Amino acid sequence: MKYVVVGLIVALLILHQDIWFWENGTLLFGFMPIGLLYHAGISISAAITWYLATQFCWPSHVEEETLAAVGEASETSSKGGSDA
Amino acid sequence: MIQLVIIFSYLMLLLGLGGVASRLFRGTSKDYMLASHSIGPFLLLMSLFGTTMTAFALVGSSGEAYKEGVGVYGQLASSSGIIHSLCFFVIGIKLWSFGKKYGYTTQIQFFRDRLESDKIGILLFPILVGLVIPYLLIGVMSAGTVISSITEGAFTTAFASSDYGIPPWLGSLIISIVVLIYVFFGGMRGTAWANTFQTLVFMVLGIVTFYIISSKLGGLQAASQAVAEKHPSKLMRAVAPQEEEAYEQAFAKWQKVAYYNWAVDSGKLTLTEEQKTAAQESMPPGPPWAKPFLQKQAEAAYAVSNDLLPEMTAEEKKIAEIQQDDRVVPDPKPEGFAEMPFTAFPKTKWEPIALEFFGNQIGHPDEQGKMTRKQAVGRYRAMRWAPEEPHPMNPWAFLTYLFIPLSVGMFPHLFQHWLTAKSASSFKLAVVAHPVFIAIVWVPCVLIGIWATSATMPDNPRVALVPPHFNPNGVLAYMVAQMTNDVLAGFLTAGILAAIMSSLDSQFLCIGTMFTEDVVLHYGGKQRFSDKQIVLMARSFIIAIVALTYFISLLEVRRVFTLGVWCFSGFSSLFPLVFAAVYWRRLTKAGAYACVIAAAGTWLWLFRESNYAGIPGFTFLGMMPVATMITCSTTAMVVVSLVTRPPSDSTLDRFFSNRSSQDTSAS
Repeated sequence: MKYVVVGLIVALLILHQDIWFWENGTLLFGFMPIGLLYHAGISISAAITWYLATQFCWPSHVEEETLAAVGEASETSSKGGSDA
Repeated sequence: MIQLVIIFSYLMLLLGLGGVASRLFRGTSKDYMLASHSIGPFLLLMSLFGTTMTAFALVGSSGEAYKEGVGVYGQLASSSGIIHSLCFFVIGIKLWSFGKKYGYTTQIQFFRDRLESDKIGILLFPILVGLVIPYLLIGVMSAGTVISSITEGAFTTAFASSDYGIPPWLGSLIISIVVLIYVFFGGMRGTAWANTFQTLVFMVLGIVTFYIISSKLGGLQAASQAVAEKHPSKLMRAVAPQEEEAYEQAFAKWQKVAYYNWAVDSGKLTLTEEQKTAAQESMPPGPPWAKPFLQKQAEAAYAVSNDLLPEMTAEEKKIAEIQQDDRVVPDPKPEGFAEMPFTAFPKTKWEPIALEFFGNQIGHPDEQGKMTRKQAVGRYRAMRWAPEEPHPMNPWAFLTYLFIPLSVGMFPHLFQHWLTAKSASSFKLAVVAHPVFIAIVWVPCVLIGIWATSATMPDNPRVALVPPHFNPNGVLAYMVAQMTNDVLAGFLTAGILAAIMSSLDSQFLCIGTMFTEDVVLHYGGKQRFSDKQIVLMARSFIIAIVALTYFISLLEVRRVFTLGVWCFSGFSSLFPLVFAAVYWRRLTKAGAYACVIAAAGTWLWLFRESNYAGIPGFTFLGMMPVATMITCSTTAMVVVSLVTRPPSDSTLDRFFSNRSSQDTSAS
């Protein structure tokens, strides 16, 4: 799944370069420029991609390592305090 | 006056919030600077979003859309949705971890340890503070412009020189002082609370503004349809053929006026009274103030159609165009002068001329038949200067804009916000919701910006609501002032100010933290000062930087968007450094120095080439300058790192655990 998420991010960066809408000023729903709606869609797609990233690629080991290190450090300092 | 009361009440409310946060202040510098690592997912999302969405997002985006069209959303908003969250995910979580493990408060503390270099701080500190100043400038400047526009006519006799409203210098000063006060009382906790509150305020009021303006313009469809008819290029990133044709016709007409005025001023042509009367017969109707301009246009058309204009050399024609556009005629003339575009020459000091031209027609906006100073200046520009040439968006510039949002990886104030997180999981909501929040703010602003190009006065559909050559920084406030009543205008202005202040507060706090941690405590020693003294020093430095920024804001106005792009480009050029520091074991101290020097060097050089942000849309080699900066800084960093001694094993062990080194090597 990690590679799917990376692939989605790369795809978003490529799709962001929408040269196909460069000269298109069509108004969708009578008011929304097609180029603007397309890029708003890129924003929503980015949110979905990042949701998948938090579900399947979240670096939970970073938090565990950090909390363990902080725990050890505070334990050492409290021991040091009592020794003194 | 109602707007003033609402804005004043909002500012008081904000100060109250800072006061409540100060009651929870634990009295330690760590609580003041990092809220004791207690910020949960919602507050983190709101404070990160509120901090990144500045005046740039509201005032800048609407102004830039007014000038350049809908492409501005793709340039910065949708790209930021991808890249900002990427930075939170890839850099933010790692830096939060290092900050929590090793007790960092600032970026420089991290770089000192990671690069085994004490002196890196001496190099980085002035660069980071120097880049934060233009960022602050955007907020301070925009606050003044917005308050001034919205309070126009609020006083009967005071502030005549700013159209009887709060002058921009005073508006900027008030906002700076209010933010300083609540930052001082509330510290990081107050800032996070105020950011959350203000982000909610500006998002809700932004949607209300959008609804009201679209209704006043006859609904969403009517507003956009007007753009499709009058300025279709604003709906795309190319120039529509019909707009190009309309421009060429308008430019040819303008040239006739320029040549006629030159001929009259140089004594080579004088129309008789009979000829002038004949010319005026074909003069189009218009308001009394426009008569002198319309008269000249009619006389120019008459002179051309009756073949009365004298023969002019190419050089004389160029001089005529330069003078008509209020630019400086060079002396001596450079080689190839006649072939140079007239826009290559700088503007003269034309504002006093414009004000003198309208003389006693200028007065209080409520007075019958009088115009404001801003209107006088705007009308003079609109009637006299060359029409604005529509231009397409450069695809290479569009592509290289993708580098600009990388700046969030190096923003010192975001680094500090990351460290406030209670846990790494607090980042999840921010990573996911950030792109959606950007869309919620930017889409309405961009639409309002393009609508402003084609909207007409409610009582006269023949007259444009926003005159040509309008200052883009003022488009949003102007639309709000013109399209809503006093009460709504007051609330909507409070919303715009909320967006501005929610960034200023984090930046103020961050520069104070950097000064105390990276300079005072690092060189003075931690035991030397009490917590109270540390907080006092942080506050003193903040005041000094804010005062400096404020005085710069009084000098010369630049487009908010242009200024923002330069500021972000500088931070982006340092992104390779933070990325390598986190993920590349081979990054060395010398490589880091090379990266910073290359980034700063190319930034300064290109900034100078752009006439110090005086050329909007400046590109280098057809691309955004940031592409060159990042290429140079990355190349310097990689090459120098590879030829110098790698960091010690103990440092590598500290920053690259077995798991993360496996991850890195696997990737």
